[in-house]
Amino acid sequence: MSKKYIDIKKIKKRILLEKIAKALIVLFVAVIPSIPIWLMYLGLIAQAFSSKVTLGIIPNGFTLKNWRFLWSTIQMGLKKYPNIWPITINSLYLALGTALLVTFVAGLAGYALSRMEFRGRTKMMEFILALHAFPSIVLLIALFVLLNKLGLYGRGFITLTGVMITKAALEAPMGAWIMKGFFDNVPWDIEWAALVDGCNRLTAWRKVILPLVLPGFAAVAVFAFLAGWAEFIMAFTFIREDRWWPLSVMIYHVIGEYKFVDWGFLAALSLFYALPTIIFFVFSQKLLLRIYVGGVKG
Amino acid sequence: MVSVKLDKVSKYFGKVKAVDDVTLYIRDGEFVTLLGPSGCGKTTTLLMIAGIYKPTKGRIYFDDIDVTDIPPKDRNVGMVFQSYALYPHMTVYNNIAFPLKLKKLPKNEIDKKVREVAKLLKIDHLLDRKPSQLSGGQQQRVALARALVKEPDVLLLDEPLSNLDALLRVYMRAELKRLQKTLGITAIYVTHDQIEALSMSDRIVVMNNGRIQQIGTPDEIYSKPSNTFVASFIGTPPMNLIPCRVIDGKTLECLGFKYVFKDEIAEKILNEHKEVYFGIRPEDIVITNKDNGDAEATILVVEPIGKDLVITIQLEEEHTIKILAPPSINLKPGDKIYLKFKKEKIHLFDKKTGQRIEYIIKKGEE
Repeated sequence: MSKKYIDIKKIKKRILLEKIAKALIVLFVAVIPSIPIWLMYLGLIAQAFSSKVTLGIIPNGFTLKNWRFLWSTIQMGLKKYPNIWPITINSLYLALGTALLVTFVAGLAGYALSRMEFRGRTKMMEFILALHAFPSIVLLIALFVLLNKLGLYGRGFITLTGVMITKAALEAPMGAWIMKGFFDNVPWDIEWAALVDGCNRLTAWRKVILPLVLPGFAAVAVFAFLAGWAEFIMAFTFIREDRWWPLSVMIYHVIGEYKFVDWGFLAALSLFYALPTIIFFVFSQKLLLRIYVGGVKG
Repeated sequence: MVSVKLDKVSKYFGKVKAVDDVTLYIRDGEFVTLLGPSGCGKTTTLLMIAGIYKPTKGRIYFDDIDVTDIPPKDRNVGMVFQSYALYPHMTVYNNIAFPLKLKKLPKNEIDKKVREVAKLLKIDHLLDRKPSQLSGGQQQRVALARALVKEPDVLLLDEPLSNLDALLRVYMRAELKRLQKTLGITAIYVTHDQIEALSMSDRIVVMNNGRIQQIGTPDEIYSKPSNTFVASFIGTPPMNLIPCRVIDGKTLECLGFKYVFKDEIAEKILNEHKEVYFGIRPEDIVITNKDNGDAEATILVVEPIGKDLVITIQLEEEHTIKILAPPSINLKPGDKIYLKFKKEKIHLFDKKTGQRIEYIIKKGEE
């Protein structure tokens, strides 16, 4: 044994340097870029609850005046805004409907893509991914022409439903893809065991497989809900009467009127609009993370 | 309980012939093992008997009933999977009760049967747990209970012991066999472990590349392998196969030695083959002195495995064979030794076809 001893000091130094390097990377990649985002949120909350704000984030004088849209109709100049609650219900209808449709379609399509052998299955999966890559704005003019020809443009509730179906159609491919991943994770053995135990394909799906992919369904539903809730461009283009606006369109109009902006009102309304998203993320954070990790464990 | 008949059954996945022309008859109450390396088609065969795969060709019968087109749920088979395939969202009780619930039996009857089978398998104290809270051995018992609770006509077992630790495996081997005999149930067992196959089965079906290589009792499979595949698959260490040329019918010129048969029948048969494999199991080779030896060899490696020594020896150039010797013998690598082959234990296989050459040793003609 000549010079083959371990230099503990050197190793310790190297480990320390590695630690510092990692910390620096995290700082530059994750912490610093998120500071402006946090500042904006802070400003939003400060703005919503105070009468005056200095430097954008320091609140001055607590008030609920900005939230008056919750109990009265808002008028700015000549423009009278619709009551907030029917608008909220429009948004909920849009989001929940999208979630329901997407979950239903994705649940069945995901199972078929994962479990059934049919001609062109791979091609279909590639096609589905390509569909998701399509931005909905590209379809806007075509959809406009289509809706107009069908006489559905500017028809209030029916148009809102049309927007919902279109949104669901755009979201369903990704949902099916996510569900396929969850179904893939259910071992064949379990399905076979169910078949041997006395199930047919459908009862096996319902009684054994479905309970195992519930987290997947929940995740797809949450994603679709949030997508429906955030929908703006189609609702903005196709819906004419302000009575059928969703919240996103209303916020747009609050900004637009005569270049006059009531910042407090806008902040309060935006915060109100962001509430479901925040609530969902708080409660489903673990679930959403699991989509990307992709594990169904009993 | 039923007998199971496979009549010229084949299963192709695209161009791959997973199972190729398998004909097999399993008697009522028999314990039959499908044995072979992974990918030999044994699990596919089992899944066809269960009804999960439909054969590409051929028919499957339970007794005289053609079940080929009957879905698994109507075949009354019980199956234990290698992964156990327990339903993770159900308790042990509900796992076992699941097949009975699907049969829509009355609640009290389900309860009675579940508790009965749980007691039989000694898992009655685990009924409220979820599968994830059980050890491997316990999960295995639950899977077995679920397969047995519906009183199946045929019990199918797909490598049920391969995920258990060695000690538990030995214990469960005996336990499974005892259970099968008490219940008198027809059992088809799939494994790649020859020890399991040899120790548990009434009969063994050796498979390779989707085809049946040999069907026989454990003893037949071991002492009369029908081809070189079976010979080299069964036994630890497996049979030595030494390539030889037939010189004049009586004499084989093998790698490193010449072997002369003093037997007319052997001569007659050997005349029909030009090149053969001389097969001899490691335990059928005796170390002897120069005068009695059939062959001379050099020791390469000596491995003690407890009750025996496994000795790897070199016959000529590259060709090595293994022999078993009692641990009392003092040998080391490099030593020259002389080998005697037990005459009645010599197997001959045609080199081209790999098929066994049957010959009879006349007694007293040493």
